[in-house]
Amino acid sequence: MKPLAKLLEAALFSSAHPVALSDLKAMVNDPEVKPDEVTEALNELRHHYDDDEHGVELIEVAGGWQILTRPEYTETIERAQLAARPQRLSAAALETLAIIAYRQPIGRAEIEEIRGVGCGPILKSLHERELIEVVGRGEGMGRPLLYGTTPSFLEQFALRHLGELPRADELAVALRDPNASAGGQANGQTEQIRELADVTTR
Amino acid sequence: MDDINAIAGREGEVFVVELTQFSGPLDLLLSLIRDEQIDIQDIPVARIAEQFLKRISTLALDEAADYLEMAARLVRIKAQMLLPRREGDEAWEDPRAELVRRLLEYQQVREVVDILERRSDDRRNRFARAFLPQNLSSPAPQAAALSLSLPELFAAVDRVLRVARKPTIHDVVPRALDVDGAIATVRAVLQMREHARWADVIQPDAEPWQVLSTLLALLELAKRGELRVQQSRPFATVEITSETASEAA
Repeated sequence: MKPLAKLLEAALFSSAHPVALSDLKAMVNDPEVKPDEVTEALNELRHHYDDDEHGVELIEVAGGWQILTRPEYTETIERAQLAARPQRLSAAALETLAIIAYRQPIGRAEIEEIRGVGCGPILKSLHERELIEVVGRGEGMGRPLLYGTTPSFLEQFALRHLGELPRADELAVALRDPNASAGGQANGQTEQIRELADVTTR
Repeated sequence: MDDINAIAGREGEVFVVELTQFSGPLDLLLSLIRDEQIDIQDIPVARIAEQFLKRISTLALDEAADYLEMAARLVRIKAQMLLPRREGDEAWEDPRAELVRRLLEYQQVREVVDILERRSDDRRNRFARAFLPQNLSSPAPQAAALSLSLPELFAAVDRVLRVARKPTIHDVVPRALDVDGAIATVRAVLQMREHARWADVIQPDAEPWQVLSTLLALLELAKRGELRVQQSRPFATVEITSETASEAA
């Protein structure tokens, strides 16, 4: 490996969280090194781990790079109590998080409207787990708090950035424009019913 | 019940009723629609409303407001569907449209949940360097070894003890109430006259234990049916009437 790749390996090893490419470049701080060379060195390190079948791999996540263990060793490591997997989120918490991820910034009332259930305690626990944060205040009555996802959300859901989630119109249940689809459907049915009514009155 | 996780909020102000099976009324509704293999765009509201009500009552969930709200909504849509429609009524809109929109929107959310779940499982199976799950408390920081000699420790203890004041210890003398004596007094007063007031059975400069004794005596005698105690309004003077007198009257 080149010296640059070794330096990057040491830097990534010393951090518990993903390190942004810009931070790595700032660390190298060498006018001789072209910006592309850092990315190249990172790829060299990744291939090194893959080709030599290391127990760890280099992952691009949450706008940065991180060294993670390979999934095949997780259970053994956990059984030995050297590390523990974080708890799974409940379905209700995941629903709330999904809505926030797609509609951010979004207020509590709107989330509850979509889910049809109160979300206060769930928002609180998502906030405690640092998956969401308050990103501003809405315009409406009482200027409600608006929530958005955090970098930690990207990290815990193995996303490089929010754009990695499928767009709303790419989902199987496509819901392009809420008003257009509901209104169009209703109108179509109104037509049908009116025709039926015509037939019966004649 | 096993079906219900009732978790009192940390401050005791919120009460979350969460079914392990369903994450909300829309989830329950979608599951009914799937079970019945119904076209979401053409929901037989009467049938679904009935099933919904049956489900929430068998799940003993009828106290959960969110489910009840959905039940009420379904019943209202059912009623709206039954209303006769006049010919050429332009304004008529399918009362189910809003519900269909919400169900589709919710389905979309469920789809995203599946994606997020896969993603998070993938990440959960990899450990980062020194990754500490946030729900586990971090281990206590290692205590640095104390550099302290024994004389220094004694000096410190001495300093603390000198500053500390001697604790003042109160002796609490039990002063027994004289309820029997007070009963005798009240009886004596009532023998002289049938009506008496609080001021007649207690001296103006009575000590607290005497006031308490008299109060207990009055209550005791009232319980035995020897007298009746009345007070026209809070803090008004207490009227005492001999029960034998009221019977005679």
